[in-house]
Amino acid sequence: MAILEVKNLSISFEQYRSGLKREVIDVMSNLSIELEEGEILAIVGSSGSGKSLLAHAMLNILPENAKTSGQIFYEGKPLTDVELTALRGKELAFIPQSVNFLDPLMQVGKQVRQSSRNGNAVEKQRSVFECYHLGKEVEKLYPFQLSGGMARRTLLSTAAVSDAKIIIADEPTPGLDEVVIQEALRNFREFADENRAVMLITHDIGAALTIADKIAVFYAGTVVEIAPVGDFSGKGEKLRHPYTKALWRALPQNEFTPIPGAQPHLSDLPKGCLFAPRCPLMTEACTVERPRVRELRDGKVRCIHAT
Amino acid sequence: MKMNLLSNRRQKTLWMMVIGTIVLLAIIFSKVWVDTDKILTNLNTRNVAPTWDYLFGTDWLGRDMFTRTMMGLSLSIRVGLIGAIGSTVIALTLGMVAATMGKTVDRVISWLIDLFLSVPHLVALILISFTVGGGFKGVVIGLIATHWPSLARVIRAEVMQVRSAEYVQMSRRLGKSNGWIAVHHIFPHLVPQVIIGFMLLFPHAILHEAAITFLGLGLSPHEPAIGIILSESMKYLSSGLWWLAFFPGLALLIVVRLFDKIGESLKVLIDPTKAHL
Amino acid sequence: MRLEAKGIGFKYEKGPWLFRDVNFHVEAGEVVGITGASGRGKTTFCRILAGFERALEGEILLDGQKILPKGMHPVQLVLQHPEQAVNPRWKMRKVLEESGTFDENIQRLLGIEKEWLSRWPGELSGGELQRFCVARAISASPKFLIADEMTTMLDAITQAQIWQAVLETAKERNMGIIVVSHERKLMERLCDRIVEL
Repeated sequence: MAILEVKNLSISFEQYRSGLKREVIDVMSNLSIELEEGEILAIVGSSGSGKSLLAHAMLNILPENAKTSGQIFYEGKPLTDVELTALRGKELAFIPQSVNFLDPLMQVGKQVRQSSRNGNAVEKQRSVFECYHLGKEVEKLYPFQLSGGMARRTLLSTAAVSDAKIIIADEPTPGLDEVVIQEALRNFREFADENRAVMLITHDIGAALTIADKIAVFYAGTVVEIAPVGDFSGKGEKLRHPYTKALWRALPQNEFTPIPGAQPHLSDLPKGCLFAPRCPLMTEACTVERPRVRELRDGKVRCIHAT
Repeated sequence: MKMNLLSNRRQKTLWMMVIGTIVLLAIIFSKVWVDTDKILTNLNTRNVAPTWDYLFGTDWLGRDMFTRTMMGLSLSIRVGLIGAIGSTVIALTLGMVAATMGKTVDRVISWLIDLFLSVPHLVALILISFTVGGGFKGVVIGLIATHWPSLARVIRAEVMQVRSAEYVQMSRRLGKSNGWIAVHHIFPHLVPQVIIGFMLLFPHAILHEAAITFLGLGLSPHEPAIGIILSESMKYLSSGLWWLAFFPGLALLIVVRLFDKIGESLKVLIDPTKAHL
Repeated sequence: MRLEAKGIGFKYEKGPWLFRDVNFHVEAGEVVGITGASGRGKTTFCRILAGFERALEGEILLDGQKILPKGMHPVQLVLQHPEQAVNPRWKMRKVLEESGTFDENIQRLLGIEKEWLSRWPGELSGGELQRFCVARAISASPKFLIADEMTTMLDAITQAQIWQAVLETAKERNMGIIVVSHERKLMERLCDRIVEL
């Protein structure tokens, strides 16, 4: 059963252009995604594709000039804004991208213990610290005394000791050592295996592939494909969307070949398929309207040519 | 969601700035449009309560309080303007010097800033203006000498931050000189800080000028600034001539508030993290 | 042409030595990777090579000569976070022009679109900004380019795009490249040899 479900989420920002003109920019349109129990869902895409935005919308921490529509369901029940806020920190643990989310005036050990709601918090915190190679002395330190990598591991610990049902991790790995990354990823796997769920937001497909069950590919504010992890293999023949295939081929361990062009700007999106301007399969029909999401071979795709 | 209620904030701020500037100019050049004859002693119209002819009433010598208030404010604003400009120049100079001329200079200037901030504005202002001989000159020098520290600190911090920024270090490796970096990298960051700093200094300077003049330590009674008008009026308050202090005081408050408000909204407008709210 | 580091040692004011007696060299046209656990001072070492920081011991030599601190530095550095490497109050055109030359060929190679030139840094994504940083560094015609986690924050397509452009220019100009990355597969793909710090 889907533990968390986002249905037709659209986000727009109202912002000032030059001078006094104000305009509405649609940054996310009709996005739907499901997070199943016991599953790790990786969300990959380039910067500006709306990955972090989705996390912020789910945690109800979007900036004030944002407008949203659509619904979020938790264990099958639709959530109001208030319920969503209440969920955060209890059922939903967030590992933010920025280490500035740590409280600068509290010892980090205490901060980590706070997110644990039952059981022996101190013991839990110590064992989690040990597993992330954080020494005993670290729990008495304040955030400004930590290196970037240590702060990041502290954030990981916060989620690890919590009794949340869902972890949303926004780029948790950059700047960390290979060993720690593996440790963190293994922890996510264990977490998910206890009938909980993890949403891992990353631009690093390599990391996502090692632990995720499904991968959702974002492009210009929408999901272009949701595929089981096994489809990412060989030359990418099993992948559905041309963008996903290009992404896969561009990896250094594969062909390392780019496709030309860049992701369109949100203020200047094409009328039809968002990927059409860069797509090798582009036809007249692609430029008429945005393709709908459709089921295809145990996954989903937003492309009229995909087979 | 809040957006709809607030309507277009940029437009609002801009309108307020236009109105504020018009009010300011109107007051500074009040000599042109008010009837200066009304300020002369006229014993036939003594102690008139506010009417349509005498909007703010008249005083014990029959002088029109509206005209006096306008001319008093005009003088106060001019003094405040000179004070604020002078302070801003000092703040800019000291702030930049502190951030660029090495550790010793920085220490001396930081110590000076702390020194001035540790003494209440008004006390330092009174002491300085008294020492240099009081009067118009004394007040102006006093205002200039006391209002720079907080802005100097902001500018020092800004310069230091930009100087150590990665893009400035990159610029050095691209062969740019210190002068080039100051003009092209640092200066653009200071402009908004200086404009906002100036806007926020301005009401302060006016208020402090009025305060020490009210206490009798500022401008002389021959120069009818708003502080003089207020302190003279105090004597007549108990005899029921409430309008003598009420309207000039209110006018002063409105002017000060107006500029404070403009400064604050400008600050929010320029702040990139709040620019779209 | 050969960039050489001889017996380099560095520490922060009162701290312990970050590293000592580091020897390293790159030849023109060579691509060399530097690895090492985090905290070993890879970034600091790169900053010393590019003249951002001065070594406490040892010297950096370019063809046996010391590098002059003034003027265009022959070793240019591109870092992980492009947002910090461009002045937020400059339009992108000015950012590019800072290197002295406005090289349209490199811009095209990197996929920089004309329309981006009139934008502010805050309006572009990390991948787009990083293209500008790379273009700026290469337009300065350096003898060596250091890429310190240059594409760590970027998606695979943008990463491949930027690297293909860099490799092509390097070949054309016989420019040496030093790569620092935690991503082993990228290093293996790019480097002629990899050294451990």
